Amino acid sequence: MRALHGVTLEVDEGQIVALLGANGAGKTTTLRAVSGTVRREGEVTYDGKSLTHQGPETVARLGIAHVPEGRGTFSELTVWENLRLGAITRRGSIDEDLKRVLTFFPWLEKRKSQQAGTLSGGEQQMLAIARAMMQRPRMLLIDEPSLGLAPLVVTEIFRILRDLNEREGTTVLLVEQNARNSLAVSNHAYVLETGRVAYSGTSDELAQHEAIRRSYLGY
Amino acid sequence: MPANLRPWIVPALLAGLVIFLLVGSLRSALFAQQTVSGLANGGIYASLGVALVLIYRATQVINFAQGAIATFTTYVAWQFMQWGLGYWGAFVITLCVAFAGGIAIQLVAIRPVERRGNVLTVVIASIGVLIAVEGAVGWIWGPEIRFMPSAFPVRTYHVGGVAFSLQDLGTIGVSIASVVVLWALFQFTKLGLAMRAAALRPNAARLVGVRVSWMLSFGWGLAAVLGAIAGMMAAASPSVLLQPNMMDGVLIYAFAAAVLGGLESPLGAVIGGLAIGAMLNLLSSYVSWVTPQLLLPAAFVVMLTVLLVKPSGLFGRTRVHRV
Repeated sequence: MRALHGVTLEVDEGQIVALLGANGAGKTTTLRAVSGTVRREGEVTYDGKSLTHQGPETVARLGIAHVPEGRGTFSELTVWENLRLGAITRRGSIDEDLKRVLTFFPWLEKRKSQQAGTLSGGEQQMLAIARAMMQRPRMLLIDEPSLGLAPLVVTEIFRILRDLNEREGTTVLLVEQNARNSLAVSNHAYVLETGRVAYSGTSDELAQHEAIRRSYLGY
Repeated sequence: MPANLRPWIVPALLAGLVIFLLVGSLRSALFAQQTVSGLANGGIYASLGVALVLIYRATQVINFAQGAIATFTTYVAWQFMQWGLGYWGAFVITLCVAFAGGIAIQLVAIRPVERRGNVLTVVIASIGVLIAVEGAVGWIWGPEIRFMPSAFPVRTYHVGGVAFSLQDLGTIGVSIASVVVLWALFQFTKLGLAMRAAALRPNAARLVGVRVSWMLSFGWGLAAVLGAIAGMMAAASPSVLLQPNMMDGVLIYAFAAAVLGGLESPLGAVIGGLAIGAMLNLLSSYVSWVTPQLLLPAAFVVMLTVLLVKPSGLFGRTRVHRV
């Protein structure tokens, strides 16, 4: 099935870009088109290179980490193994990366040998972000990190995304239903409607645009 | 059906079995001898059973060709010995051939149908491989029974009046060692972790850069290696002998072992294999009307019973499907 009809979007290096819109608007599919997990037409360009004919394994190796819908956690494996998998394509020691990631999520240290499936939803979301950070991504694609989580945890996760962006310069393409929080952390935003870009602009503009807010963002 | 047997039932069953075998062995020399030679058969079933589990976990398919591939590689070992190589030299070369062959079969016969087909298609493809490989064995080496030397000298150890054959002990040792090495590979190496991730969640594994299709091929290679070990051990045993259909029976026992263990669990297949090997051997030595012809059906009954009463076996997880 065709889910997208000529979506054009641009993510500048070092920015957080939010991709908003209702269910079925094509947000998830857009992320998948970038990481190569769906078939696509048109052009996907990253860092001057075309990704259009690359599969997800190659895209991952180029420095794009995708935290998919449902987080992609290996629930049967331990927390440590999940983190190890994040850096699976790199040779040599991963101690440095582990240390770096633990500064964002110190609690992971104590849960190292716990089965990932036994973590709470919020913890699993954070583990998924931590695993993505182990990939040393230049760009993070993250799909609805707030889904099904308590408001406090959601705030925490958005704070971490902003931290990651500020401290490591990681570019973030964020898919969200939660427009208010997303516009607060992002620089730029796109609103999708049935597979097309309905609006785009800086996040501040969109947040102030009364009509867009009411009809597309629902607050 | 009791869907949820209580958690202590499995350990209790195993403890009961171990106590039964130990007490029996201490009371009777014959019982001890029969237990050990049963465990030797069991080691062979365990190796082949683990090979089945490896592929089942990665592909959700029972590989019907596993026995035929093992037979083929055993003939390869025999051929190298005919050409003058020593046992262990031939052994190592055979493992390499098996590894490459397993990968080749996956690439040529399984991957193309797996990509577009469903589970049934892959099963049919594996039956095709079974026919092709068994045919190749007959075509290359003919139907005669060959003599496969044993890795271990024909000698017996005497411990407190009980004579253990060195071959039995060696077979148990090699089977268990190969499974332990494999387990260590999966548990402690990066490659092993990538393979587990690819089998558990192929899509998520791709997103962290794991080359999933290579991991699957690699799994077929490893399964073929285990099968080769089982084949070489089996061909040296007087009850099997080197012949084109020698693994047909062994494959059924290995199925039973894997099913008893829960199909998803290598440890389960090992324990299942050893238990089935020991129990069937004791059954045939103590129950006068149980002739060797009845053992294969007995293994089949075990398998069917497990599938009916507790499909997840001793160590399998009950799968929960989200709708």
